[in-house]
Amino acid sequence: MSTVTTSTRPVDAAPGRTAAARLQAWLPRLVLSPSIAISLFFVYGFMLWTFILSLTNSRMLPSYEFVGFAQYARLMENERWWVAATNLGIFGGLFVIICLGLGLLLAILLDQRIRQEGALRTIYLYPMALSFIVTGVVWKWLLNPGLGIQAMVRGWGFESFTFDWLIDPKMSVYTLVIAAVWQASGFVMALFLAGLRGIDDSIIKAAQLDGAGLPRIYWRVVIPCLRPVVFSAVMILSHIAIKSFDLVVALTGGGPGYSSDLPATFMYTHAFTRAQIGLGSASAMLMLGGVLAILIPYLYSELRSRKHG
Amino acid sequence: MPALMPARAFRKTLLGLAVAGSLGVAQAQAGDVEVLHWWTSGGEARAANVLKELMEEEGHHWEDFAVAGGGGETAMTVLKSRAMSGNPPSAAQIKGPEIQEWGDLGLLGSLDDVAESEGWDEKLPGVVADVMKHDGQYVAVPVNVHRVNWLWANPEVLEEAGVALPTTLDEMFAAGEAIREAGYVPLAHGGQAWQDATVFETVLLATAGNDFYRRTMVDLDPEALGSEQMIEALENFKRMRELMDDDMSGRDWNIATSMVISGKAAMQLMGDWAKGEFTAAGLEPGKDYLCVPAPGTEHSFTFNIDSLAMFRVSEEADQEAQRTLARLVLEPEFQKTFNLAKGSIPARPDLDMSEFDQCARKSLEDFQRTADEGGLVPSMAHGMAVRSDVQGAIFDVVTNFFNSPDMSAEQAAQRMVSAAQAVM
Repeated sequence: MSTVTTSTRPVDAAPGRTAAARLQAWLPRLVLSPSIAISLFFVYGFMLWTFILSLTNSRMLPSYEFVGFAQYARLMENERWWVAATNLGIFGGLFVIICLGLGLLLAILLDQRIRQEGALRTIYLYPMALSFIVTGVVWKWLLNPGLGIQAMVRGWGFESFTFDWLIDPKMSVYTLVIAAVWQASGFVMALFLAGLRGIDDSIIKAAQLDGAGLPRIYWRVVIPCLRPVVFSAVMILSHIAIKSFDLVVALTGGGPGYSSDLPATFMYTHAFTRAQIGLGSASAMLMLGGVLAILIPYLYSELRSRKHG
Repeated sequence: MPALMPARAFRKTLLGLAVAGSLGVAQAQAGDVEVLHWWTSGGEARAANVLKELMEEEGHHWEDFAVAGGGGETAMTVLKSRAMSGNPPSAAQIKGPEIQEWGDLGLLGSLDDVAESEGWDEKLPGVVADVMKHDGQYVAVPVNVHRVNWLWANPEVLEEAGVALPTTLDEMFAAGEAIREAGYVPLAHGGQAWQDATVFETVLLATAGNDFYRRTMVDLDPEALGSEQMIEALENFKRMRELMDDDMSGRDWNIATSMVISGKAAMQLMGDWAKGEFTAAGLEPGKDYLCVPAPGTEHSFTFNIDSLAMFRVSEEADQEAQRTLARLVLEPEFQKTFNLAKGSIPARPDLDMSEFDQCARKSLEDFQRTADEGGLVPSMAHGMAVRSDVQGAIFDVVTNFFNSPDMSAEQAAQRMVSAAQAVM
């Protein structure tokens, strides 16, 4: 900054103008550089540090005694890690697919120029305003067999009705899907609704003139036009899925046992409460690897096809 | 620790200025002590405040660093980040084998001079003193002794079901059936890993005895971990599940205790901190609720000791403050106030117990008796027996076995063996 102030001082007109021009050229870089430096350091620097830690035998505090890939080998033998990784596959896959499907359906239904659309939209969108902790606690009560849905239906006289996924180790991960879909599908609906409103009416009219029926118009014309929206929605949903931590903590606590653990809760438990920073870092690196493995091909194909199209 | 010096020095100067400004007198030995702890619930916080007042009476400055959250997980995370940045607090609530881990890092300061002048070796039971020492030097001061293997019961529910207080596991299972038939939950429990482990270690003691407990939970002997006795203990542990209700998933321990208080459930296996809940509900021990050693474990005492470890500090005045803190913690006034609030017993068995209730007196009596007989064992579930990573691995096996219907006790014992080996 000091160079800028000194260079604007001269009274001479011509150098003044070059100084102003130079300032103009440099200003964006100057303004952006702190945030670039900060994100380089705090995002990429810490990623690198985590990677370094994952190669050490760090336990309670970071140490720099390198042990190669031994922590990764231990992780591969850790049964709890595999439960967490499988759960992420189930949870992430179902969550993204159901949210997209439900969001699209709701958006199409809302797009039929119905009355009170604004009110309905707000109702569907509202869960997104809650934090995952609140969602988790509410669903924990709803799904608790002694308090929630099961108790209510049994109270109506259906004595044999059972809905005890929350306490069933085989089903507990699906309760996470239920709560997360409830929270996020309204948001996806809003995204799709915006996309639907952005579609040029003349294309649809042209299709109608060509004699296409309503389902055909949606299937062949409208939904393909929504491709960029699907792209954004998948991006947002998959990062919600991978970083899910608070929902697990509030809804199932990783239980029963550790049957609904996700990699994020696994990482936290091992790095911070069990004094195994090395193992925790290794699991964090694998999570990062998983994210990149999904996102890079997707980004690449989407961005390339858009350039061509 | 170069980073520590300027911050400390600056804070000292500020304090000095404040003292000099307000009083016009500079106190020569006024030290600073920053205490990290998780005594944040009502009664505990009041008790910690007593210590603060005592410190201030001695002319030292107490900087409170309370980090809320259950078993102190959050507090430990904060402590680690402070230690990593080279600026640990001067005292922190650290317990069990973790004291050794911090000691190995060379971060703890010795308390030997205060221990010698106060005669800690005579005042503290050997088992307790051993936990407080690293390399033969005192580095921590015990605050209290909790007993984990308690059974809490609601006498009205027992009477209605027509059963007596169980003293063995078999009686417990039989009583459970009668209580269930009378329409109550036999055993209140919360489905959290540490609570599962608490029940497990109690059942293990009841099934296989003190020596086997030490071989498995302290020495991690693979042969014992995979043995028939272990399998039997695991089977008994799983049978406990039949005494619990279906809705226990993720329930907090104090909610389970309130089920016993309200008469919804008959019994609970929990450490003596549960007494705080009964007291808060205005109940009287022996009349409104019963406390007995967990069935089959009357000759054992699983201890859980809270302690304050002292980090190495450079300023002479701050060291003096640490020594004063260590001395005050073991003085009768604080021991009495704190332990009355916490439900535990004093770390010094020589104190007058007349103000304590019958549960605490029974606890102290058993503490001394089991210490003589060899039944004083560290609690695995509460981090007194093994390092936190081993403890975590055992927790995983225990809670997974307890919650999955299709895992056999043999498989669980085998996993226990590999868990203990993987982390060694």
